[in-house]
Amino acid sequence: MKSKLIQNTDLITLLVYFLLVAAGWMSIYSSSYDGSDFSFSSRYGKQLIMIFINLLFIAGIFFLDGHIIPSVSYYIYGLVILLLLLVLIVGDKTGGSRSWFVIGSFKLQPAEFAKLATALAIAKFAGRDNFKLMSNFKDFLILSAIIIFPALLILLQGDAGSALVFSSFIFVVYRRGLPLYFLVIIFIEILVFISVFFVSLNILFIILITGTFFVFRLLGGSRREVLSYFFYLILLISAGLMFVVFMRKNIPFHIVLTVSVIIVSFIEIVKSFRNANFKRFFIPVLLLFYIGSAYSVDYVFYEVLKEHQRTRINVLFGIEKDITGVGYNVNQAKIAIGSGGLSGKGYLKGTQTKFNFVPEQDTDFIFCTVGEEWGFIGTAGVIVLFTILLLRIIKIAERQKSLYSQILGYSLASVLFFHYAVNIAMTIGLAPVIGIPLPFFSYGGSSLFAFSIFLFIFLRLDAERDILFS
Amino acid sequence: MKTKRFVISFIFISTAIIFIAKLFYIQVINESYKLSAENNTLRHITVYPSRGLVVDRNGKIIVANKSSYDLKVVTRSTGVFDTAEFCRLTNIPEEELKLKFKKNKYSYKPVLLKKQIYAEEYAEIAENLYKYPGFFVEKRSLREYPYPVAANILGYLGEVNVEDLRRDSYYQSGDYTGKSGIEKVYEKDLRGKKGTEIYLVDVFGRIQEPYKNGKFNSPAVAGRRLTSSVDIELQKFGEFLMQNKTGSIVAIEPSTGEILALVTSPTYDPNLFTGKKLKENYKKIEQSRNKPLFNRALRSMYPPGSTFKTVNALIAMQKGLITEKTIFITDGYDAGTHIVKDHVSGLITFKKSLMLSSNAYYCHVFKRIISDKNFENYADAYNSWTDYVKSFGLGVKLGTDLDFEKQGVIYSSNYFDRYYGKGRWNYNTVISLAIGQGELGFTPLQTANLAAVLANRGYYITPHIIKKIEGKEIDERLKKKHFAKVDAKYFEPVVDAMEAVVTGGTAVSAYVPGLDICGKTGTVQNPHGKNHSVFIAFAPKNNPKIAVSVYVENAGYGSMWAAPIASLIIEKYLTNSISREWLVKRISEAVLINNK
Repeated sequence: MKSKLIQNTDLITLLVYFLLVAAGWMSIYSSSYDGSDFSFSSRYGKQLIMIFINLLFIAGIFFLDGHIIPSVSYYIYGLVILLLLLVLIVGDKTGGSRSWFVIGSFKLQPAEFAKLATALAIAKFAGRDNFKLMSNFKDFLILSAIIIFPALLILLQGDAGSALVFSSFIFVVYRRGLPLYFLVIIFIEILVFISVFFVSLNILFIILITGTFFVFRLLGGSRREVLSYFFYLILLISAGLMFVVFMRKNIPFHIVLTVSVIIVSFIEIVKSFRNANFKRFFIPVLLLFYIGSAYSVDYVFYEVLKEHQRTRINVLFGIEKDITGVGYNVNQAKIAIGSGGLSGKGYLKGTQTKFNFVPEQDTDFIFCTVGEEWGFIGTAGVIVLFTILLLRIIKIAERQKSLYSQILGYSLASVLFFHYAVNIAMTIGLAPVIGIPLPFFSYGGSSLFAFSIFLFIFLRLDAERDILFS
Repeated sequence: MKTKRFVISFIFISTAIIFIAKLFYIQVINESYKLSAENNTLRHITVYPSRGLVVDRNGKIIVANKSSYDLKVVTRSTGVFDTAEFCRLTNIPEEELKLKFKKNKYSYKPVLLKKQIYAEEYAEIAENLYKYPGFFVEKRSLREYPYPVAANILGYLGEVNVEDLRRDSYYQSGDYTGKSGIEKVYEKDLRGKKGTEIYLVDVFGRIQEPYKNGKFNSPAVAGRRLTSSVDIELQKFGEFLMQNKTGSIVAIEPSTGEILALVTSPTYDPNLFTGKKLKENYKKIEQSRNKPLFNRALRSMYPPGSTFKTVNALIAMQKGLITEKTIFITDGYDAGTHIVKDHVSGLITFKKSLMLSSNAYYCHVFKRIISDKNFENYADAYNSWTDYVKSFGLGVKLGTDLDFEKQGVIYSSNYFDRYYGKGRWNYNTVISLAIGQGELGFTPLQTANLAAVLANRGYYITPHIIKKIEGKEIDERLKKKHFAKVDAKYFEPVVDAMEAVVTGGTAVSAYVPGLDICGKTGTVQNPHGKNHSVFIAFAPKNNPKIAVSVYVENAGYGSMWAAPIASLIIEKYLTNSISREWLVKRISEAVLINNK
């Protein structure tokens, strides 16, 4: 029975997993290696012990009864919520957040396990056959609560990064019925919000208007409809520009654009009501929503915020260089990765990471060591490995007969994706610095255990997919 | 459901593509991160070469090096440290330290905190420096002068100024360069070549290991060793004799033009111009009343006085205007407006004219030179005479390897044309030139060189202070023979007379048995006070080894001070001993200077 289990375990996932763990340990070894003999009291020594303990956990999971996992989901969730509450009271305060239990020399971060527990609870709740996300508002509310409650508790600990991870469950919700346009609307809103800091309103609005053109077409607007909409829009914009030029009015271009959009949208809305064509109604409203949010972000940024707050945001987005202050980490991280070149400086030969230029180099910035020592080949390799793992997990999730397993698989992929994507994005300057570890790489037991247990529970369920029904 | 899986997979894959694209950009395309990485981790440490040593003609080290250390800091690497403790260790005032940290613009560039820390102090600092990341020391070398003499020849080192930095990219702010003397003239030979050692440093600026095992290090090349022609013992002796006097002694080896001693007095201890007190000491000495920084041997221009009679005699003989048998019977010389007085009267032979330094004799000689019938007018004859004078290296730049050498003064006829009107002056107008007074100004170096011309019977080699450069030839110009426009044969009677000057003439005070000193006294009229005592000499008469000029300002007759001093210098050089200790005592103890 057990041997069949091992036979049925997905080999590709296993292989990728062990490759990542091995590469992770090598990176930790390189960044904490100081030329002295091997020692278990060093960082890399401790991490090696963690990896061995982790193997015990994995073995333990295989000895579990597969049926037990779904049935204890809520208990585990409850237990973790209790731990999250407890850590708020007795937790050890390090680096501004109260998120660790300290038992002797062992430190435990319940937030790492909260993701797994939440995923179990989501799988249990959303895996019910009668679960209806969009039509049963109660289901929607309870699911939202399951996700948001632990996130709030973690936020209270002062660990915003880990709290943000819970937003990744949006993929799971999407998989269980949330329409795509929700994702798209949220995604575009995030883009608009960020773009305000990088491009002028003029350019942003032109992009938005052209974007609408394509979305309009995509959502089934006929060519005639789309062209007439844009014909009027361009006509209005030209008229506005001529007005500005000939009347020598000092009116910014984006105002002309906005006024034109408002007029055309108004006509479109009236038209759509008359025809009862709500698709046509939806697009202008959304366009106005984005333009409005761009204006409000712009207004808040330049009129409401104080100078030093603006600076902080600018540095966060990398617009202002402050390489000794707020931007130091990212700049040093980019230097370390950039100096690796195509094929890297060679294992253990990294100077930036080895000589401590990169802060938190064996935890949140471990990717720098890969970048410096293995170069582009190494970094691209790691990204490819993660992507293979993610796609493989989704593939496995889709082949599950049990909804519970499938949802759990999507949760695993979502959380893993969020961690890996945000960690690498912040390291290479594509996202603000949110202190979350790179799964399987970063130094620390909690993260390694949590992700491994998560992964192997899923693999365990997968191995039994033919016999396991919820 | 397929679409949902597809959308999520699409997000995963596009994220991976964005990452890989961005990584390709920062790792493969953009080079700037590699540079930043090097700036981050590499520290270039300048290795200062040891500056070339200078030895005297006998191989004695006269300019040496002494190790010192500069304390520097990379401010961004220090972290928090105990400033009070650190300041106690290094003896840097706390405010100064704080100010240096505050004023520092580039946190990654080393800032100089303290210069010239010597071995004793360094030992203590070095022992404790490990506690202070970011601080490090760089070895420098300072000059040391084993003999506290020859300051004006050797010169001194000072920090480079803006001008030096602009002119020569070799220098960096804070470097030292020769400011005067040999240190300045031979700077490029002495300084060597700076080297660089590249180390990897960690974020605290602590040196970890040599970069690429030192592959890119460039070694420092030590400066060249210079051999000076100076005999440091002779120099020391000369300075000893000249103490409490104003003036100079210049001694040259006639056959080579090598300067054996170049004393200017008052002088100072060159060691005062090394180390931390340089600025303070410099200011003090610069403002000193007797101007010790003024190199009288090279820059003081005096009329040559009676020593110049040798030159006029030679020119007149070369021009065929007199012979060694020419006799004048005279009692003073009537220059029309006044009588040039003479302490010799009656029948004056050529030999006697030099021996007893007759003024009238040379007025007659000079009259013949200027009224020479071979020239259309006095002016042409005068200009011809100046050409002859200049051929002796008088009133021209000798082109030595000493800095600040003055050219001297000898006017062309235009000067007198302007002064008296064209054709309105004659030999009598400028008669004082006959006896080396009036419109003439030569440096002690030039008159010593004149002694060398006399010794060589008609030529000189450009006087120079450096006779050998390690691994290099000295400049050709310093080996060049310059001929006076007077044939060698005319020198013999002059040299004979100069011998008589010492054996039985005006300079018996310079007589040393067996040395065959030939000399000529001079007493330079000084409108500002007591006359200057001058003497030129060479010895031995045949195959001369040393030619000397001695000037003692405001000391009276040449025979009183300059001649005995010259004889002592010659004796010391030729025999390496002194037979007349009483004379040394008398001279060295004499105070002929206003020391107020």
